Amino acid sequence: MRLKGLMIGAVLGVVAGVPALAPAALAQDSIYVPLFSYRTGPFAGSGIPIANGMSDYLNMLNARDGGIGGVKLAVEECETGYDTKKGVECYESTKAKNPVITNPYSTGITLQLIPKAAVDKIPVLSMAYGLSASADGNNFPWVFNPPATYWDGLSIIMKYIAQKEGGFDKLKGKTIGYIFFDGGYGREPIPLLEQFAKKYGFTTKLYPVPAAEMQNQSAQWLNVRRDKPAWMIMWGWGAMNPTAVREAARTNFPMDKFIGIWWSGGEDDARPAGDGGKGYLTLNFHGVGSNYPALKDIEKHVLGKSQTEKEKFAENLYNRGVYNSVLIAEAIRNAQAITKKKVVTGEDVRKGLESLHITDARWKELGLPGFAAPIVNVSCADHNGHHAAYVQQWDGKKWVKTTDWITPMKEEVRPLLEAASKDYVEKNTGWPKRTEACTDNK
Amino acid sequence: MLYREAGQFKTNYVADQAIFPIRQDRIGIAVILLIAFVAIPYFGDDFLLQAVMIPFLIYALASIGLNLLTGYTGLLSLGTGAFMGVGAYACYKLTSVWPDVNIIVWIVCSGFFAAAVGVLFGLPSLRIKGFYLAIATLAAQFFLQWCFVRIPWLVNYNVSNAIEVPQRKFLDMIVTGPSATPIARYLIVLTIVVAMTWIASNIVHGRIGRMWMAIRDQDIAAELMGIRLLRTKLLAFAVSSFYCGVAGAMLVFLWYGGAEADTFNINQSFFVLFMVIIGGLGSLLGSYLGAALIFGLPILLRILPDALGMPMHSATIEHLSFLVVGALIIFFLIVEPHGLARMWQIAKQKLRVWPFPY
Repeated sequence: MRLKGLMIGAVLGVVAGVPALAPAALAQDSIYVPLFSYRTGPFAGSGIPIANGMSDYLNMLNARDGGIGGVKLAVEECETGYDTKKGVECYESTKAKNPVITNPYSTGITLQLIPKAAVDKIPVLSMAYGLSASADGNNFPWVFNPPATYWDGLSIIMKYIAQKEGGFDKLKGKTIGYIFFDGGYGREPIPLLEQFAKKYGFTTKLYPVPAAEMQNQSAQWLNVRRDKPAWMIMWGWGAMNPTAVREAARTNFPMDKFIGIWWSGGEDDARPAGDGGKGYLTLNFHGVGSNYPALKDIEKHVLGKSQTEKEKFAENLYNRGVYNSVLIAEAIRNAQAITKKKVVTGEDVRKGLESLHITDARWKELGLPGFAAPIVNVSCADHNGHHAAYVQQWDGKKWVKTTDWITPMKEEVRPLLEAASKDYVEKNTGWPKRTEACTDNK
Repeated sequence: MLYREAGQFKTNYVADQAIFPIRQDRIGIAVILLIAFVAIPYFGDDFLLQAVMIPFLIYALASIGLNLLTGYTGLLSLGTGAFMGVGAYACYKLTSVWPDVNIIVWIVCSGFFAAAVGVLFGLPSLRIKGFYLAIATLAAQFFLQWCFVRIPWLVNYNVSNAIEVPQRKFLDMIVTGPSATPIARYLIVLTIVVAMTWIASNIVHGRIGRMWMAIRDQDIAAELMGIRLLRTKLLAFAVSSFYCGVAGAMLVFLWYGGAEADTFNINQSFFVLFMVIIGGLGSLLGSYLGAALIFGLPILLRILPDALGMPMHSATIEHLSFLVVGALIIFFLIVEPHGLARMWQIAKQKLRVWPFPY
């Protein structure tokens, strides 16, 4: 009976305690940067290296330069488990601490936060994920998704395929398979894929992989074997990627005709397939490996103290996280330059993101020479920039860059994007008109 | 001492059969309502309203829905998530076709769609029971989720295949969409949940509730007494799904502000089922307690290390919270299989005779 008494007390404590412990506000002499990460759950395989890269770079800035412009960054991770519900909870709990930027790191969470961004005056940086249409700065002044949208990615893949086949006219009559995560993320490219199919006369086969079946794709790959597509394109994430690569190898699909989006290119996605994974292709928009001064600085200042495993340092997705944090840091730096303030707010960082301008020379200054294509096209109306990416190939041990930078077909993507953005605004009655003044420096 | 009933005489049957026969309980419920309607909106910050109270109330309503079916009628269902989804999608379609009708009307009406779907999938319940029925409702879960993913008409052909909640007003106050204040949303959720709890309480204490409980305890005996099994069971499915549907519509319109099909997956069903089991089968109070524990505990665990000045890594906390919640579920099931509601009853009994127990 005493046990029960204890339990009753504990339960009452929980019920009474939840409201009492609202998060306390942070000190005002730092810039608060929350990072939504997922080190747990079915997507942890992809989430851990990205979370490591993101927090390591920002912590390195703190250790090496004392923050940005002399102001320390208060970096805090919030665990979402890739779960929209927890993501929204993270957003609400971090909102009270005056964040200058939100990194949702999940398309589902991004979709929830897009409408909130304008209301709460916190810009959303969904780096090469999220809603493609949100690249339209006139309708989405608070959302940024550089360096490229999913549609850009698909057009780059189409260019690559055409190049390998010997021209777009050679695509006629061919079959191209598309295996994708059956959710918002994987479905987004389908309209553009169908448009390409009509234009170039190839047929598409769609192989959706439901979230629950990520690790069991035998049915999809059985169909692939039956349909014999000339090329396979993949939009996968988390546990779906290594499974797909393994299944492709098992069905003897030619790996050099299997190309994934940049989110399907982790080392741990290709590695489990063993020798069978050799030749697998994915897009990428930044360098791999630690051969950059900035990464050496991370090695010196942060590595060992952070959660990063030494052998996974500077792998592809880790560097993706670093890339993401460079964008955050540059936006904050721009915001400081524009407003002449040290401690900037979300509104200032929005301006900083809109004037994002990282030339080759600037990449070099950042200690990342040749790390990525210059980001020069972000503007008031274009919150994405539609920058170039390249194709990399798995050689059994590491990723090897096999092509030069390929620019997306902006002329195909932009009309589709603007139509989608218009559609979004029309369906969301009461969508606020842009009132923010342009701050691009061009 | 708290519960000294001396002097509270009941002179008629109505007083004797009241839901809260003891005066202290009536005062208690009044105080709770006062806190919920006045103190929390007045003193609570956005985090409390938006991330704690609104979800708690919505899950409490979903738990009541499942409790009517599983706790009162004894029919195990694993389709709660899908029925919530039906409510959400129905509400979205209704408000996009007739945008001028008040959104609250549509939130409540969406329950009827969920009820209809619930009845359809409840049909096998006449023939099958227990585990077998659980499998049949599991089929509902998978089938409906498949529909949410595959039928683009449900999301108005949205490219991202997601519901994007439009802005709607109620008495010139924005209640859905990003510009809605948490207080407005909270008060609407609270009003709907309180009203539906009151209705549920009347149902289960009346003729229908007794029929359900008769079926739960011994369905052959119930049939012999003249209760028509098919009708009663289907009624339970309908009412239960109605509640789940309204909870689902509120979840998307007043909490999330948008949702993908995956929101209503099997985990959602289990989540609500845990609340019902931990809270107490066959108890409305238990639904609230279960929702508070299952939903509130992880939040508390996430805030606790910081509040105590022990900063911990967010992923570690997440693992820890999995461990603690899992352990607690097992602990509760062993120590008090009838759930938190039964514990409250025991506590009340003790309070009645305190400080001179006999």
